[in-house]
Amino acid sequence: MSKIGLIIGREIKSKLTNKTFIIMTFLTPLIFIGAMCLIFWTSMPEKIEQRLLVIDKTGLFQNTLKGNDFISLTFSNEDIVKAQEEFPASDYTSIMLIEKGSDGNIIPMARILYKKHPGLAFQTYIRQELENIFYEYKLKANNIDPAIITNARQGFSVRMDKVDENGTVNHAEGVQLFSFAMGLIMMLFILMYGMMVFRSVMEEKTNRIVEVIVSSVRPFELMIGKILGIAIVGIIQFATTAIITTTLSVVLSGIFLKDINNLKEKFDDQNAVVNKLGTNAGAALHSTSEFKNNQKMFDTINQLQKINFVKVSIFFVLFFIGGYLFYSSLLAAIGSAVDSESDSQQFMFPVILPLMIGYFLAIKMMISPESNAVVIGSFIPFTSPIVMMARMPQDPPMWQILTSLAILYVSFILTTWLAAKIYRTGILMYGKKTSWREIGKWLFYK
Amino acid sequence: MPPILQINNVTKTYSSHTALNDVSLTVNDQAVFGLLGPNGAGKTSLIRIINQITGPDKGEILFKGEKLNPKHIEHIGYLPEERGLYKKMPVGEQALYLAQLKGLKKAEAKKRLAYWFEKFEMQGWWKKRVDELSKGMQQKVQFIVTILHEPELLILDEPFSGFDPINAQLIKNEILELRKKGATIIFSTHNMGSVEELCDNIALLNKSQKILDGPVKEIRKTFRTNTYKVMFKGNILGFTNALWTGAEILNKHSDDDVHSVTVKLLNGVTSSQMLQAVLPSCEIISFAEIVPSMNDIFISKVSEGNEALGTKSNYTE
Repeated sequence: MSKIGLIIGREIKSKLTNKTFIIMTFLTPLIFIGAMCLIFWTSMPEKIEQRLLVIDKTGLFQNTLKGNDFISLTFSNEDIVKAQEEFPASDYTSIMLIEKGSDGNIIPMARILYKKHPGLAFQTYIRQELENIFYEYKLKANNIDPAIITNARQGFSVRMDKVDENGTVNHAEGVQLFSFAMGLIMMLFILMYGMMVFRSVMEEKTNRIVEVIVSSVRPFELMIGKILGIAIVGIIQFATTAIITTTLSVVLSGIFLKDINNLKEKFDDQNAVVNKLGTNAGAALHSTSEFKNNQKMFDTINQLQKINFVKVSIFFVLFFIGGYLFYSSLLAAIGSAVDSESDSQQFMFPVILPLMIGYFLAIKMMISPESNAVVIGSFIPFTSPIVMMARMPQDPPMWQILTSLAILYVSFILTTWLAAKIYRTGILMYGKKTSWREIGKWLFYK
Repeated sequence: MPPILQINNVTKTYSSHTALNDVSLTVNDQAVFGLLGPNGAGKTSLIRIINQITGPDKGEILFKGEKLNPKHIEHIGYLPEERGLYKKMPVGEQALYLAQLKGLKKAEAKKRLAYWFEKFEMQGWWKKRVDELSKGMQQKVQFIVTILHEPELLILDEPFSGFDPINAQLIKNEILELRKKGATIIFSTHNMGSVEELCDNIALLNKSQKILDGPVKEIRKTFRTNTYKVMFKGNILGFTNALWTGAEILNKHSDDDVHSVTVKLLNGVTSSQMLQAVLPSCEIISFAEIVPSMNDIFISKVSEGNEALGTKSNYTE
């Protein structure tokens, strides 16, 4: 037992003193956060202040077109050609020209000249506003009350709620992406640390040190020590990454979350107004696209907040350990059977394939969360760590989670037992290309 | 007292071939025991069984009269033929790790390592990584690690392969030194020169079977062929006539009037009778029996065995 301790210790030390490993441990969260920030930042509307001079020859938009927080409007009736000439030297960032048709009708067309591109958000905002104003103008021109139309053209929302056996209603929409992320992270973790075991086994074999070691400890002890050592390395690395990520997120969210909170407050105000105004006007506000987008976003946030993160985290760790042990013992067996990484392809494929299947099931999960394939996949030990984790935010029954976990751990004992048989023969085989047949025979050596 | 190692009727089969077939051996205390045989004869399989890396299918192994078990690992030192070290790990740390795996306490291992590092003039190496060392330097480290826990039984598989002559001599001296201190050494090799120089006893394996064993001196004696080398001055024809049917000349070489002849005595003629017969016709300069070398015995026994089995050596281990 103390010898396994020595092996674990060496494995941990050799990884933790490896420069590449240290750099990656600290760099990964930075890259991760960096990528998140980049995505977040690019998805935020641009807040560059725009000063738009509107030259409206139709007169329709003078009092109806409104600016917003970052677009300020100035209306003018001066000559279009002259305004265009003066624009480069003026204080305005852009200028919008709306001409009247030759027959006196309004042509639904505006032209914007800019100095620096004001961004898509600006363009979309202006277009939508113009469209809405023109729409109401047209209705009125035909003596139709816009309120009637708005009232008639309401979106029909379909809300999906899950009812469990106790009758508790749960709204679980909008968490699919989170589910998928869990499955993906699980797959990457298993693969990453499993490959670490594979390389470490192969390294000992190609270094020719393994025979010296197995003359002191049983091959099984060496293999288990190595697997456990790397598991601990994985947990240390995961913890480090998590701590750095959390710290950075807290700091950064101070900057970004303020925006979300502002938006949320505004949304809540709107919601209150909607409720007060009652059917007609309320419906009008409800149907604006901004409101709908916000509703979707806050729904998702609310759902995410409802997920029991403590439970999910605990099971993540349990499934990770089970899945890692399951796969790493298989990968250790492969590592022992080959002499170089290039020889390992034919053995690696059947091990990677089930992981890929698990990944595809996690994708399928987003489309139909409770299909048979997904449920079955969440019990088979080859895919269960990934698929069950992906199901976790959907709150599957506890007996299913525990059964899946039990199957996984029993299978791990089985694969480790098989792997140990391959391992102790494989590590001492040099210079011969190994085949599946050969490995099959090793299982029966005494 | 029981011998340090007794191997009784050990058989080991792999799916495609038999590696050891009913092999029995006894290794006595404080001896240097040579385990000989061509490639694929089963030497490494036997050594791995003694080291408990694999187990026998049949038969048993007794270590000092006790059935071999995991607690004996600490009393055995093993330098495999395929030997190496962790390339990226510092030498000292690595030696400490391997010593601890053999059951030494850390402090004790440190003390002993300090002694050996000084003896082999490696004081500056402690913090160096293995891939910064030359091959010869690595071999010194490997040897120290093998003997650091002062094993009673030391097993060296092809210990001199890849050693330069200086290191080989260093290791040879250490082996003899260790025997003097009470260790028993099993030593597997193809290098017959070192067998004659070092071994007290040998066993010869071929095709998974033991075909010969015993003390080196006695083996060489039993393989005597009654052949002598005679150097003399005088007439070679007179020498030949004098021998008549009592001997056969296998080979002759003349340098002016000095002749060197290898004769094999026949029909129960003794060496004194032969000398008496030839003395009148020539002047003897030297006379010596030709005792076969271990190399000759090895070749003759192995090829004899192969002929008996009607096969050529075709193992691909």
